[in-house]
Amino acid sequence: MKKVKTASFLALLLAFCIQGTAFKADGYKVGDEVQDFSLKGIDGKMVSLSGQKEVKGYIIAFTCNTCPVAKTYEDRIIALNAKYAAKGYPVIAIQPNDVNASPGDSFQAMQQRAKSKGYTFPYLSDETQNITKAFGATNTPHMFVVRKEGEKFKVAYIGAIDNNQGDPQAASQKYVENAVNELLAGKTAVTTPSARAVGCGIKWKNA
Amino acid sequence: MKQRRWYLIIPLFLLALTIRAQSVKVVKYEDLERLVRVKDDTLNVVNFWATWCGPCVKELPQFEALNKTGASKKVRVLLVSMDDVKTLDNKVKPFVKQRKLKSKVVLLNEPDLNTWVDKLVPEWSGALPMTLIVNEKNQVRKFIGKPVKEGELQSIINQL
Repeated sequence: MKKVKTASFLALLLAFCIQGTAFKADGYKVGDEVQDFSLKGIDGKMVSLSGQKEVKGYIIAFTCNTCPVAKTYEDRIIALNAKYAAKGYPVIAIQPNDVNASPGDSFQAMQQRAKSKGYTFPYLSDETQNITKAFGATNTPHMFVVRKEGEKFKVAYIGAIDNNQGDPQAASQKYVENAVNELLAGKTAVTTPSARAVGCGIKWKNA
Repeated sequence: MKQRRWYLIIPLFLLALTIRAQSVKVVKYEDLERLVRVKDDTLNVVNFWATWCGPCVKELPQFEALNKTGASKKVRVLLVSMDDVKTLDNKVKPFVKQRKLKSKVVLLNEPDLNTWVDKLVPEWSGALPMTLIVNEKNQVRKFIGKPVKEGELQSIINQL
C-alpha cells in the first residue's frame, strides 16, 4: 500500500516537473525578467541589453527580410525607433529564422536589407535560435517591450505592433506605442499587455 | 430510355462540383465557428493559411490528400485563408483555381485576431500556418502551431 502511495506521489511529482518545463519552453510572460543576451549585429558588433546604459527599456522586434507581414510592418518598426529611441526606448531587431530554411534571411541579406531601408537600430542574427526560444517568439513580426528596473529588464508587452496590418493609418489600436507611452508616463504595467496578429511562423532548424 | 437521362445529369453534377471547388466564400468569425463546431462524428481538420505564406503553400497538398482519400477516421478538411479580403479576386481565387484545390476554402475576414482567437484557439499566437483538429462532440482537440512535415498529418490523425 505504501509503495503504491509513493509511486503515485512520484508520478504526480513527475507530472508537475513536465508541466513546469513545458511552461518554460513557452518563453517569457509579461512581468518576467529577461535574461541578457549577446547577439551579432549586421555591423559585426555584439549587442546586448546592458550595452546601452541610458535606456529606460527596449522595443525588441523579432522580424526578418522575407515575411510579407514583416515587410508591411518594416516602416512602422523604423518609425518606432525614430519616435522612441530618444525617449529611452530604442528598437533592437532580431532575425530569428534558420537561414538554411530561409536563405533570404542570411546575414548578408540582412545587411543589404538594413542598408537599403536605412535601419537606424541594431539588426541582430539569432543563429542558434536560443534567444528566440527564450523569448517564446513564434512569428515575425513579434514584438516585446521590456522595461528597465534597476539593472534588470522586465517584459511589459508581447505581441503585435497594431491591429491593422494593411493600413497603419486605419489602425485603431497601436499596441506597442500605447505600451511605451504608458511606461514613459511612469506606469509599470500597461493596459493592454498582449495582443495577437497574423504573422509568418518562425522557420526553425530541423531538430 | 429513362436510364439515359443519367448521362445528362452526371456531367452536370460533375460540373457543379468543379464550380463549387473553385469558389471561395468570405466568412466572419460566427460562420467559422459554426463550421468548426458541427456536432457530428466527423473530425474537423481546419488549416489556417495564406497565399503569401510559403510554408503554408508547401503543406497544402497534405490537406488536399487527406480531403481526397480520407483517413482511418471520418474527416472534413477546411482551408481557412487569412489573406486580406482585398486580395480575394486577384490572389486567393486565382491561387485556388491554379492549384485545383478541392477542399472547402473560405476566406476569414477577421484581421483583428484579438476579437475572436481566444474563443476558438487561445494557444495561437497568430503564426501561420496553424492547424486545429477538433470534434466537439467527442471532445477531440489538437492544436498544431507549425507546419506539418510530409506524412505527419496522417499520423497525427491516426493517433487521435
